[in-house]
Amino acid sequence: MTTDQSPLIHLTGVDKTYRRGSEEIRVLAGLSLTVQRGEFLALMGPSGSGKSTLLNLLGGLDRPTKGAVEIGGERIDALTDRRLAGWRARHVGLVFQFYNLLPVMTAERNVELPLLLTPLSRAERRRHVATALAVVGLRDRTNHYPRQLSGGEQQRVGIARAIVTDPTLLLCDEPTGDLDRKSGDEILSLLQTLNREQGKTIIMVTHDPHASARASRTVHLDKGQLSAAAPA
Amino acid sequence: MKFLYLVACNLRRKKLRTLLTLLSIGIAFFLFGLLGALKLALTGDVSIANADRLMTRHKVSIIQMIPISYQARIAAIPGVSGVTAQTWFGGIYQDPKNFFASMPVEPDDFLRMYPEFVVSDAHRQAWRTTRNGAIVGRTLLERFHWKVGDRIPLTAPIWRHADGGDAWEFEIVGTYEAARKSVDTSQFFFRYDYFDEGRGQNKGTISWFAVRVGDAARADAISAAVDREFANSAYETKTEPEAAMMQGFAQQVGDIGAIITGILGAVFFTILLVSGNTITQGVRERTEEIGVLKALGFTNTLVLGLVLAESCLLAVLGGVGGLGAAWLMTVGGSPVPSMLPVFYVPTQHLMLGAGLMVALGLVTGALPALQAMRLGVSEALRRQA
Repeated sequence: MTTDQSPLIHLTGVDKTYRRGSEEIRVLAGLSLTVQRGEFLALMGPSGSGKSTLLNLLGGLDRPTKGAVEIGGERIDALTDRRLAGWRARHVGLVFQFYNLLPVMTAERNVELPLLLTPLSRAERRRHVATALAVVGLRDRTNHYPRQLSGGEQQRVGIARAIVTDPTLLLCDEPTGDLDRKSGDEILSLLQTLNREQGKTIIMVTHDPHASARASRTVHLDKGQLSAAAPA
Repeated sequence: MKFLYLVACNLRRKKLRTLLTLLSIGIAFFLFGLLGALKLALTGDVSIANADRLMTRHKVSIIQMIPISYQARIAAIPGVSGVTAQTWFGGIYQDPKNFFASMPVEPDDFLRMYPEFVVSDAHRQAWRTTRNGAIVGRTLLERFHWKVGDRIPLTAPIWRHADGGDAWEFEIVGTYEAARKSVDTSQFFFRYDYFDEGRGQNKGTISWFAVRVGDAARADAISAAVDREFANSAYETKTEPEAAMMQGFAQQVGDIGAIITGILGAVFFTILLVSGNTITQGVRERTEEIGVLKALGFTNTLVLGLVLAESCLLAVLGGVGGLGAAWLMTVGGSPVPSMLPVFYVPTQHLMLGAGLMVALGLVTGALPALQAMRLGVSEALRRQA
């Protein structure tokens, strides 16, 4: 990705349609969206409004039925599966609502996973993992398995895994949805820090107005279209 | 190699299930190893038979005797470079269960014909000068704790003396070693002249001749020439390659190869289902995790490789355990040396086993690996939601 001042994300006329039997379900309808570098964008909307679908398109996990998804100057909807996987590994960090850690691996090994796709040596990988775990405040939890960590700690490990390759874009799918208020606040503060101090562009799907208040901008999705945008 | 930890972690996920699958694969390869040793034990003589050796026996059956006077006539046939006579003695030591192969032979002719039996010069010389001398294989010597110089009484129900007695006494004058591992060292050889003088019936006859030909490519023509020589005589002969005769012996208990292949086929088919089910179930349980790996940037091909590596690792771990156990069990020798003197897992069989492990891993992993490869990222993550 380039380091210029042009928008990081540019969606133009994006449609996403799913087929369920003979029925066609249009989840996104001609959606256009621009996100600047360094923004912390909250994506809100009722269930079924297309938030997660939009996040999947931004992360290259799915492809639009129509329209263009341009990120960092690259049309990711036109990439082959293989190149798209490589693009994800280099440029995107994903944070999931249910953490999605591998239960058979320690925190350190979970965070190391994305680095297995790089040419880094084991020693270099360990150094990067240690840094990422230190950023999320879990330096002393490296050898703990997910079942030995609280929900908040597991989400921190998930965030460490998302930032360990130093991606430009963090996509968070309801990162506080499975946490209590205190742990949720800590995660939101951590995301804010990553946004402000490390310049990460963050897009966060949330139902929680309290969480969206931490973002620099909030957009609302309803029936597959952006219905309103309100500066934080 | 950096993905090996990930593969191993997945196998540790359900320890009991993995252990049971490893056990079933291990048992299959243990059987594979033992049956390989058994096949060698029952047909091994065929594999060590020399292409330049023929066997001449009575045309009707091997239990019909032929005159030893044929030896000179066979030796005179063009292309024949050596002949030696052998006779089945069927000696028993002390108890009928102590039965082993024993044969009267002419020492020098015999040892020239069978260089795979290695006898020291001193023992050869002792055999030549001791009329009732016997040369004993190392395995047989150890089995009965005999030593050179011992006098050994054998009984031979089919070979009685003129007075009707069946007791024969021999002096062990030497031992023989095997030139290669597959040679049977549990046999007992003694002198033909001592035997012929002592027996009360069928004097001057033998069971078969071993015939060496100068050019193995002419073996068929020479076989025909030998049989022509004795056509229309009282003792017509049948001459065939040594391997064919050994095969005939081995097949008296059935087609060993087909029996063993049948058993192994059934075992491996069952194991295929068991381990295939384990891997498929494991992959199905990890749908979301596979989705996460793909979301992190793992390509479809890499995911396919990881699942195949997992199934191959499972097959190799179980296989090495089972085949290793079979090897350990047979490396010390045969558990029943009187029945199966040569009993070990041959190297070729071990290599075939290694190939089968990889094949088993690939076949059992193929379907779940393809399913994992084709799994869409968003679909996998949606299943969790």
